[in-house]
Amino acid sequence: MNDPLNVVGRSVERSDGIGHVTGRTVFASDHVVPGMLHLKMVRSPLHHARIRGIDTSDAERVPGFVRALTAADVPHNRYTILGLIGVEPEEEFVLAEERVRFKGEAMVAIVAETEEAAYEAVAKVHLDLEELPAVFDVEEALKPGAPVVTHWGNNTFMYEGHPCRRVRLGDVEAAFARADHIVEGVYDTSPIEHAPTETTGCIAVPEANGRYTVYTNTQALYFSLDNTSIILQVPGNQLHFVGGTVGGGFGGKVDVIVEPIATLAAMKTNRPVRYVYSRAEEMQVSSTRSAWRIYLKDGVTADGHIIARKVTSYADSGAYSRQTPYALTKHAANAAGPYAIPNVSIDAYCVYTNRQPTSAMRGFGVTMASFALEVQMDKIAELVGLDPWTIRFLNAYHDGDMKPHRKLAEDATLIETMQAAAALVGHDLAPDLKAMTSAPRGRRGEESGRP
Amino acid sequence: MTKLRGTGIAAVNYPTGMNLGGDPSQALIHATTSGSFVVSLSATDLGQGLKTVIGQIAAETLGVEFTEIVVDTADTDTGPHDMGTFASRATHRVGNAVIAAALEARQALLEVASEELEAAVDELVFDGHCNLMVKGVPARSVKVADIAALAQFKYGRTIAGRGSFMKPKSTVDPETGAMDPDSTEAHACTVADVEVDTETGEVRVLSIRSAYEVGRQVNPALVQGQIAGGAWMGMSHALYETTAPYYPAPDHSPKDFSEYLMPGPLELPEIECVVLEMPSSNGPYGVKGIGEMTANSPIPAIVNAIYHATGVRIDSLPVTPEKILRGLDAKRATPS
Amino acid sequence: MASTIVTFELGDDREVEVMVRPMTTLQTVLRNQLGLTATKEGCRQGGCGSCAVLVDGEPMLSCLLPVEDVAGRRVTTLESLTPTEGLHPIQQAFIDGYAFQCGYCTPGMVIVAAALLDHDSAPSVDDIRWALAGNICRCTGYGPIVEAIGAAAETIGAGQVEEPR
Repeated sequence: MNDPLNVVGRSVERSDGIGHVTGRTVFASDHVVPGMLHLKMVRSPLHHARIRGIDTSDAERVPGFVRALTAADVPHNRYTILGLIGVEPEEEFVLAEERVRFKGEAMVAIVAETEEAAYEAVAKVHLDLEELPAVFDVEEALKPGAPVVTHWGNNTFMYEGHPCRRVRLGDVEAAFARADHIVEGVYDTSPIEHAPTETTGCIAVPEANGRYTVYTNTQALYFSLDNTSIILQVPGNQLHFVGGTVGGGFGGKVDVIVEPIATLAAMKTNRPVRYVYSRAEEMQVSSTRSAWRIYLKDGVTADGHIIARKVTSYADSGAYSRQTPYALTKHAANAAGPYAIPNVSIDAYCVYTNRQPTSAMRGFGVTMASFALEVQMDKIAELVGLDPWTIRFLNAYHDGDMKPHRKLAEDATLIETMQAAAALVGHDLAPDLKAMTSAPRGRRGEESGRP
Repeated sequence: MTKLRGTGIAAVNYPTGMNLGGDPSQALIHATTSGSFVVSLSATDLGQGLKTVIGQIAAETLGVEFTEIVVDTADTDTGPHDMGTFASRATHRVGNAVIAAALEARQALLEVASEELEAAVDELVFDGHCNLMVKGVPARSVKVADIAALAQFKYGRTIAGRGSFMKPKSTVDPETGAMDPDSTEAHACTVADVEVDTETGEVRVLSIRSAYEVGRQVNPALVQGQIAGGAWMGMSHALYETTAPYYPAPDHSPKDFSEYLMPGPLELPEIECVVLEMPSSNGPYGVKGIGEMTANSPIPAIVNAIYHATGVRIDSLPVTPEKILRGLDAKRATPS
Repeated sequence: MASTIVTFELGDDREVEVMVRPMTTLQTVLRNQLGLTATKEGCRQGGCGSCAVLVDGEPMLSCLLPVEDVAGRRVTTLESLTPTEGLHPIQQAFIDGYAFQCGYCTPGMVIVAAALLDHDSAPSVDDIRWALAGNICRCTGYGPIVEAIGAAAETIGAGQVEEPR
């Protein structure tokens, strides 16, 4: 391309800077639409329950009440957002049907003239629920006799007949047998909330031409539009999604949760409807990063080469899939780390529990794997008597190395990146580490050093 | 009683693109008769500055100034399809789509200029500002803005371009996991220095110093923004954040910012970095992507630093003062 | 309960009269009745600072402030702070220092910075950090914001800013 570059590589001023510092930038809920109604949600107070009845008669008497929507009102109530990329089955509900599977699950949408009226009506909806046993731990959820969260009978997502995403390269058991050391670790992480400064929300507006405009802070406009079209059973060209400036996303605004029900409410009332999460909803109901439990077992030679790595990971998907099944595949592609390990076994489980559903967050599937792997690397270093830098250089992958998912590494630059970090902090690397490059092994007379 | 200091490192990779591919982005570019070029997209800007970066890529490829680009996003009536802003995909995929669209628009510009200036297309050069001229003959030149008007009113032609970029979707072998998950890999290495108060269990992160290899920086200041914000978020994940303080028990889940803890401006470490550029073969101008990676390496670097400082190995997040104090107690109770 | 009329000053040049139900917050009045959406809504719990405005020059969280409480007082929003020509030095410093990403917390940050620099023309880095302790930013990691406010202080002609600890 053009060399030297004129514009790429320059720190030009942000094109939206003036809007941000003057407050002129328009965020989704900054649209003030005349005649707007407000949607607030009745949510399950229990972690797991059968729905015996819903009574909205007292709510309907609240002054300002306009409409209550339940599962029966939603044309295609059972869906899964990743259905658009071929992930099955459909298992989440716009509004709960027969059962609720997590505390906070949406049950009845109340639409009213004011927020106060909506909140008051929400409080007056009577729920008749029969509590069911709930499960919150990923390994408990996999034991026989555990409460079943899903409708297909076991608490894991099925990957083409397997209860987990599998990666297999070489023979880890044989390598463990000849390894000088076995290093094991269990790593537990917490669910993490995106906590964007702007909460998830949208405003659905009926247009003069019979279409619906939805102002939304989704990170994925067409993804939201297409799922809304499927859920509402209207052609996509009836929907007009407008957004583009998101007040913090971090993966938390890709779940298509608010747009379908707000648009349905606009259709059923013929008025604009605003549905914006409160901060409490954002924290307790909106999806989080999964908690992970990662078991690592490494076979290491006396001189510090990792010759086998077995990873068993459990991601807590919460009550529904959202994006987590995809995360386990991405995790499996990265769970052995940026290292050249000839024998790898990965079993990555997407586990359902009665917890708020989890979904994408910055680093999806990789952040917590990196945590586990890099703490493990230090343990290995200590065991074999090498410093933390050396252990990583020794095992770092090069271009052309076979990755556990059988793709040859390219654009590998871990070695150069570590060299730069060492230089930055004034850590003097040994000459052989300083001289290393990510070039394919066997070039420049380099010993592969693989046992 | 004591404040113990320690250093820890972590080295990570991060993939670019929606896992397994199949995530297309499209772009449309058209010239207006006032000399600007509108780039129409459905991509969303999450605050990382995508609109600015895309404007830079468009300007570079078209051969015009950044100020002549208008990035119009996101409206599904006017913007062509885009998969969304996530998975560190936006600069890479949208950038590539914009380059394709800009090349087509650039060719249309050159063809009109070639007719107007009565020169072959390969004799024309952009001067990097507002003009197209015949190589070596500055007198024979025309403003880019004027070409757009000429195209419309004299030649009855459009100056426009279309582009789409998609990494074809990969399958996954259910037995072996064989797959092609990503377009390229960026890398990071972080060195964290911490100070642990053995009486309160509190951790003060003194510094987070890192090297990042990102392929190409389109806008170095915005890359710095991701680095600083990511370092803070990584520290926040490592030490503070959880929606289930007693996971797996669901109790006491936070509902406001007084309960969901994140470090504030008074907890900031020194953040220092160096950025390497080793262009990828398939990114726009070699871009790899950085939006997610910057929060990852600080987490284990901090946890490793805590071990180095205290000898307490903690394998769960967040590393709370309680976990550190319990670890210190356990250490004291075990004869060494 | 019946609505009442509340009158307050908005910025330097405007008197505003609104009819409100009891306990309507200033945030609601500004955004929904007056269409002044620079003041953001981040939590409505007093926890994030994105709703900050100045009341008689003091930063206050408009999400917790009944509008009756500002009767007869001066309210300054980001709209009032923005000059008719150009930008306030704090706003320019934020642009020059890339002190924002998504922009949602920015109005609250600018408001709090304006109050700080009004009171203290040469704040130390720690003074600035303390002033921002009630404002949440999820994107920038705060560093660029602290630096931009320091730069703005210098521009306003206030002298040297102390080196960080």
